[in-house]
Amino acid sequence: MEVVALLKQLSEAEGIAGFEGPIRELVRQSWEPFVDEMHEGKLGSLIGLKRGTGPEPRPKLMFAAHMDEIGLMVTGIEKEFLRIARVGGADPRVLLGLEVMVHGRRKLPGVVATRPPHVLPREERKKAVPLDEIFVDVGLSEEKVRELVSVGDLISIRREMSELKNRRVSGKALDDRACVAAITLSLERLQRVQHAWDVFAVATAQEETGLKGAVTAAYGVAPDAAIALDVTFGEQSDVSKSDTLPLGKGPTIAIGPNFHPKLVERLKEVAKDREIPYHIDPIPGRSGTDAWAIQVTREGVPTALISVPLRYMHQPVETLAVEDVERAGRLLAAFVAESETSLLEDLAWKVDERK
Amino acid sequence: MRELIKKLVETYGPSGAEEQIRDTIRAEVEPFVDEVHVDAMGSLIAHKKGDGQRILLDAHMDEIGVMVTYVDEKGFARFTPIGGVSPLTCIGSRVTFEDGKVGVIGVEQKRDDADKIPKLEQLYIDVGATGRDDSPVQVGDPAVFIRPFAAQGTRLIAKAMDDRIGCAVLVEILRRLEETPHDLYVVFAVQEEVGLRGARTSAYGIEPDVGIAVDVTRTGDTPEAKPMAVKLGEGPAVKVQDSGMIAHPKVRRLLVERAEEAGIPYQLEVLERGTTDAAAVQLVRSGVPAGCLSIPCRYVHSPSEMVDESDVENGVRLLLEVLQNPL
Amino acid sequence: MILRELSDAFGVSGNEDDVRAIVLNAVRAHVDEIKIDAMGNVLAVKHGTGQDPLRVMLAAHMDEIGLMVVGHDDNGFLKVRSVGGIDPRLLPGTLFSVGPERLPGVIGVKPVHLLQSGEAKKVSKIEDLAVDIGAQNKDEAEKLAPLGTYATFATRFRELESTVSGKAFDDRAGCAVLVELLRGEPFTFDLHAAFTVQEEVGLRGARVAAFAIDPDCAFALEGTIADEIPKEKDASPTTRLGKGPAITVMDRSFIADRRLVRLLIDTAEDQDIPYQIKQPGLGGTDAGAIHLAREGVPSATVAVPSRYIHSPVALLSMDDFDNTVRLMRESLSRLTCDTLE
Repeated sequence: MEVVALLKQLSEAEGIAGFEGPIRELVRQSWEPFVDEMHEGKLGSLIGLKRGTGPEPRPKLMFAAHMDEIGLMVTGIEKEFLRIARVGGADPRVLLGLEVMVHGRRKLPGVVATRPPHVLPREERKKAVPLDEIFVDVGLSEEKVRELVSVGDLISIRREMSELKNRRVSGKALDDRACVAAITLSLERLQRVQHAWDVFAVATAQEETGLKGAVTAAYGVAPDAAIALDVTFGEQSDVSKSDTLPLGKGPTIAIGPNFHPKLVERLKEVAKDREIPYHIDPIPGRSGTDAWAIQVTREGVPTALISVPLRYMHQPVETLAVEDVERAGRLLAAFVAESETSLLEDLAWKVDERK
Repeated sequence: MRELIKKLVETYGPSGAEEQIRDTIRAEVEPFVDEVHVDAMGSLIAHKKGDGQRILLDAHMDEIGVMVTYVDEKGFARFTPIGGVSPLTCIGSRVTFEDGKVGVIGVEQKRDDADKIPKLEQLYIDVGATGRDDSPVQVGDPAVFIRPFAAQGTRLIAKAMDDRIGCAVLVEILRRLEETPHDLYVVFAVQEEVGLRGARTSAYGIEPDVGIAVDVTRTGDTPEAKPMAVKLGEGPAVKVQDSGMIAHPKVRRLLVERAEEAGIPYQLEVLERGTTDAAAVQLVRSGVPAGCLSIPCRYVHSPSEMVDESDVENGVRLLLEVLQNPL
Repeated sequence: MILRELSDAFGVSGNEDDVRAIVLNAVRAHVDEIKIDAMGNVLAVKHGTGQDPLRVMLAAHMDEIGLMVVGHDDNGFLKVRSVGGIDPRLLPGTLFSVGPERLPGVIGVKPVHLLQSGEAKKVSKIEDLAVDIGAQNKDEAEKLAPLGTYATFATRFRELESTVSGKAFDDRAGCAVLVELLRGEPFTFDLHAAFTVQEEVGLRGARVAAFAIDPDCAFALEGTIADEIPKEKDASPTTRLGKGPAITVMDRSFIADRRLVRLLIDTAEDQDIPYQIKQPGLGGTDAGAIHLAREGVPSATVAVPSRYIHSPVALLSMDDFDNTVRLMRESLSRLTCDTLE
């Protein structure tokens, strides 16, 4: 499978949190050949099952990556301009000058509009533009706008993915579609591999608005262990090194209270075994990912997090190294291949265990 | 409906101490349903049995209030908010405790930042005591704001329209509903104002196929208001999104279609700050398609919340259309 | 003394192994069932006399706030972040225990002699501080304290004149109370004890424990704030040392079930046990997660008051501790199905 082409397809597709239709359909098509069945969760997550070959009842392993992206929504029409609100945490600083698509009665291309600095008083030019002074302009008359657009219509960001040097790519929604791609790659590998566990591949919905797809999908699947995949902060020039991880040096494996220590150890062993480079990502509390929700589902789920380092998160220029995505996919597939049903036993805390 | 609304808004029921309002509502709904019970958290659940899809309708019966945190040497009581209470609405307000005792909220006169809005820590309740020994209230006692119901034309004004107006809508629906193909659960939830708590636990127990909350929403039609599309008197608002959730497109579509078919006016609502019980219902178990029908309301979380009678009536009519037809 | 052992144990959120071992050791002989769940909670059941079908849950959390190593600088210092909420103002000059070897580590700041004017008033952010374990360079630091290593305050438990001092009374005090209750006589109902993990990072362990246990009612046992130092105006101290166990009516995480609060107060008054009502509206406990499990669980929180509970050295009164155990034992003895009618 051509990874760059896959990433491009996923990145450019539409699928704002709560309205993931188009991206869900795309993921469904790409997973179809690799899973035994698929269904849609109540809040829009896509759940695919690839059965294992062990004896029943087989333990369940869930992979989760979120397919939703951040976007905007029409909150009002003033003259021929659209007032907007965010859906998910869109960074207002990067909205200016964006090309967008307004999903009214039909799709209307538009731009994000603000006043030129020349006409503003000096002090204002230095400040970031607040969201209620940002409008979207579709270039039509007020009458036409009111006919075609209403309050509640979605506005998606239009951005083609770019290929930078050194197999780096840059685009919108790589958080977290890059990891959806990693899951797809792992499912492709698993076609050629026998595995004991049932694998539930989940492209979660509404992560950006509160991990909602993960909460509900995890409850429904009720896995025995789970690995979430999300992006993490990649090294960039204006952020301290303690808060970031390097690009191109492999995916990261997170450690901290959100992650089951034995599951993490197992992942590290598999990575070392298969010579997949990785970095440790220490997270002292809330991970801000689907892992946070999955871990506390029902009676608790041993959970781990694999991340792809990504620069400029939540901006339409999210940048990552393609090889990190490939390695994440390989690591997942290797983990599944090497997981015997005895892993379930190994993960359990023993009352008599001595360190 | 005015009599019903008046009765509901004037009853005492802050989050965590909803016994009185629960008893009032129970008496109103019991004759119209098959079964009524109170769950572990205190929410009132009314069930009208049916074979079809399980629908959960929710309104919260708790209101915001204040709780005594400390009685000082001179008998003045300090307090903490129950739910979202703004200092702006407090000064000079009267509050009443569960047993009817009354207090007045005063503010410290010597403040460093006298030009700014006082903080809640700079306010106190005067219950007419002279010291700790003769204070009629003690630490932990909850109180609500006092403001009787008033009507001016079609505008209805009172404290606790949020969300007694939603409760009134649901009571009225049960009164008027004859036939429904659905399995209907009407929940009068507790503790919404402190975190949507009653809705979460009651929905877990009910396991509905669809959930619709009825709550108030803000409007953008007062002087120098922050931009917002919703206006008083232009119909109940079908929620698109708020700060806690995105309404399930199917539920939103259902409400819009029924309104259009029956010629009932409605508005579309995007609320930037604030959420409802629907956000909690949505996340229960493996998820519930959920939405919200909002009653536009000015001055939310003040003692004089204002709604329009026509929006309330149209809200009732719209939900009856939903209930009386297949989903 | 169980409180001493528990207080000295190392157990930052996500790394509660040591505390878990002490708890297991202390209660095994006194309970009928015991296991550890997927998150690391210790779930134990003490069967009742069979007179009451009630399922009662008691929770105390084993974790404490601390630090995690997130980086190493070229000079061998450890870059750290807070696990749970550490007040950054307490960090300069503090001694820590780092990692499984309990290496001593210190956080120091720029000497006062060298400060520019105005700098002395600033509070250093944790991102700008570092833990010194004496390593000479990055490599050595990475070997001694790799990424993800946990650190706790290095305080040792002491008995003072009429109080005791130590770290992590939030919530080793609650754990000690729970241990004492389990060591006593059985109640009329089955007691489900949960020594939970990760309360400090979001009431996480309690949430899954409550889902699993599915109790009829629950009590969280805590150590709580006693803020008695003189203030500018006449204001609440939250709780006071020596005035007995503190009962929560409402905090930021939940509103206590009024029937359970009534049970506690009535019991205290009947049995002449001193008690106080904790200042409403402050803090959060495991009850916040427990009460929202499944269809809801009527819950209450009872706490041992402790001064400086957020700091490396806290103070509490053993009288308050003993009265907390008494209040819980007596209240549980009066708890029946009728209480929740």
